[in-house]
Amino acid sequence: MSNDVTTIGKRSSTSSNQNVSRWFKKNNHGNRLLTLVLFLPPALLLFTIFVILPIGEAGYYSLFRWNGYGEPSQWVEFSNYVRLFKHGAFDTAVWNTFKIILISLVIQLPLALIIALSIYKKSWANSLFRLIFFLPYILAEVAAGLIWRFVFDGDYGVMAKFTEALNTDTWYILADKNWAFVAILVVLVWKYFGFHMMIYIAALQGVPKDLIEASKLDGASRFQAIWYVKIPLIMSGITISIFFSILGALQTFDLIMPLTGGGPSNSTHTLVSYLYTFGITRMNVGFGSAVGVVLFICCVIFAFTYQSTIMKDKK
Amino acid sequence: MLAMRRISWGKYIFLILVAGFVLVPMFATVLGGFKSLGELRTNPFGLPVVWEFEYYAQVFADGSIWLLMKNSLIIAFFSVLLTIIIGTMTAFTFSHIKFAGYKYIYNYFLIGMMFPAAAAILPLFLKIRDLGLLDSLSGVVIPQVAFGLGFSILLFRTFFEQLPAELFDAARVDGCSYIKFYWHVILPLSTPILATVGVFVLVASWNNYLLPLLVLNTEQQYPWTLGIMQYRGEYGIEWNRILAYVTVTISPAIVFFLFAQKYIVEGLTGGAVKG
Repeated sequence: MSNDVTTIGKRSSTSSNQNVSRWFKKNNHGNRLLTLVLFLPPALLLFTIFVILPIGEAGYYSLFRWNGYGEPSQWVEFSNYVRLFKHGAFDTAVWNTFKIILISLVIQLPLALIIALSIYKKSWANSLFRLIFFLPYILAEVAAGLIWRFVFDGDYGVMAKFTEALNTDTWYILADKNWAFVAILVVLVWKYFGFHMMIYIAALQGVPKDLIEASKLDGASRFQAIWYVKIPLIMSGITISIFFSILGALQTFDLIMPLTGGGPSNSTHTLVSYLYTFGITRMNVGFGSAVGVVLFICCVIFAFTYQSTIMKDKK
Repeated sequence: MLAMRRISWGKYIFLILVAGFVLVPMFATVLGGFKSLGELRTNPFGLPVVWEFEYYAQVFADGSIWLLMKNSLIIAFFSVLLTIIIGTMTAFTFSHIKFAGYKYIYNYFLIGMMFPAAAAILPLFLKIRDLGLLDSLSGVVIPQVAFGLGFSILLFRTFFEQLPAELFDAARVDGCSYIKFYWHVILPLSTPILATVGVFVLVASWNNYLLPLLVLNTEQQYPWTLGIMQYRGEYGIEWNRILAYVTVTISPAIVFFLFAQKYIVEGLTGGAVKG
């Protein structure tokens, strides 16, 4: 009985060796397997170490109180999360992020669409307008933020002119708790509408001309041609741009720092600037990770539901 | 006819208003660097009455601006190079080697695209520190490459799969190895997508602020995005100096945009739409 087992074991091991070498020869034609072993690991390693692992670690660290030195040892269960949701500044940050999404959907994207509809045809004037409108998008957020910090400055810039015209006191809008975030929203629209406009223009240029001609022949008005023909045909572009604007809104950070840095009295934080101020600058690894986890969950839930419902229909 | 003309007049007035909204802050920035503080206060948006050149001159005077630009350029160059090399290699394994289970690995990379880089920024920072990359340019480059991989692999793979299959079959019949095929056929044929991804990574890297802010401590390593914030910190509300500085630092991006417009628009929006 035991003999049988060993012989079977031996036989299968030699045959498996042969199998392996045969399998290798069959699959390694043109050095296919060697190429794979050379080509795949760099990306796999980099991606795992710097993108995937940190997300898992954020979840783990968020259960500790830890300053980042030594090993995390002070297990505090969910108290970081409890503290987070009790913190008024965090509420404001969430609410501000929500405002960015709202303004994107209600003002920025419609503005981009209207402009795209009026300049998508090819002509030199339209190219010039396209160029101008896209310009803010390629500027770095920190530079754009500084430019607008000047524009909004109460002693210089547009706000100075404004209060001068009204003959009122100087108004430092970025230091005004009630208005600072409105000012930031203006800058956000300024910075990003050109990007969405370009997505719509690319989509509109792909709409077959004969469809629009046909609708005109059928007596459709300009407005009807836009509403019933063009917009439905660029719906995939619109869903993509909504996707990007919401995902972008959740991650707004660079623009906040030069404009207000989150102040006055933490009234203009977004999720990421909140994370930066209360997690990173104070090296509260546990608390900051908890903010990161909340951000991560928001993004993933949004991305998955959006892709599995709205984007799926359009494909 | 009359109604048509009225619509098109209204359209142009509207477009010009929006163009004003976009351009006035930029022109004010460029011109502001030529004004004295007193004039900037009374005349923030118009042409300067007296052109002052000392503020622009002073931006270049201490030479630190060249160092900032050089650091930004080094970071951007290596980010683009590594993203393209590693991204195309990986995409090639999905498009042509098609090993068992490659779809799972491919999806693994795609999922990463949805992860906001900021969410795990603290653990990422600790990782960079523990690997000894803190305060070095590679500490910025390597994570940037890692975060650009999902998006670039997606675009590269889509492009490689659209190349004619006959090419590959013919090459294999002639005994061409996979590596040679990748190097002599795939890469030369892929210049449009290399440019698209390259431009995207370049702009993202050039403008990146959060990662260098965390990783770099010494001023000799700063990219221009950190330099500009520091300059602003130094000069407070001397807006003419700051505006001159902003103008100088953003002009490379604007010049690049004017020359490579087609690729930039393609890289920043086309890539998004195709994805």
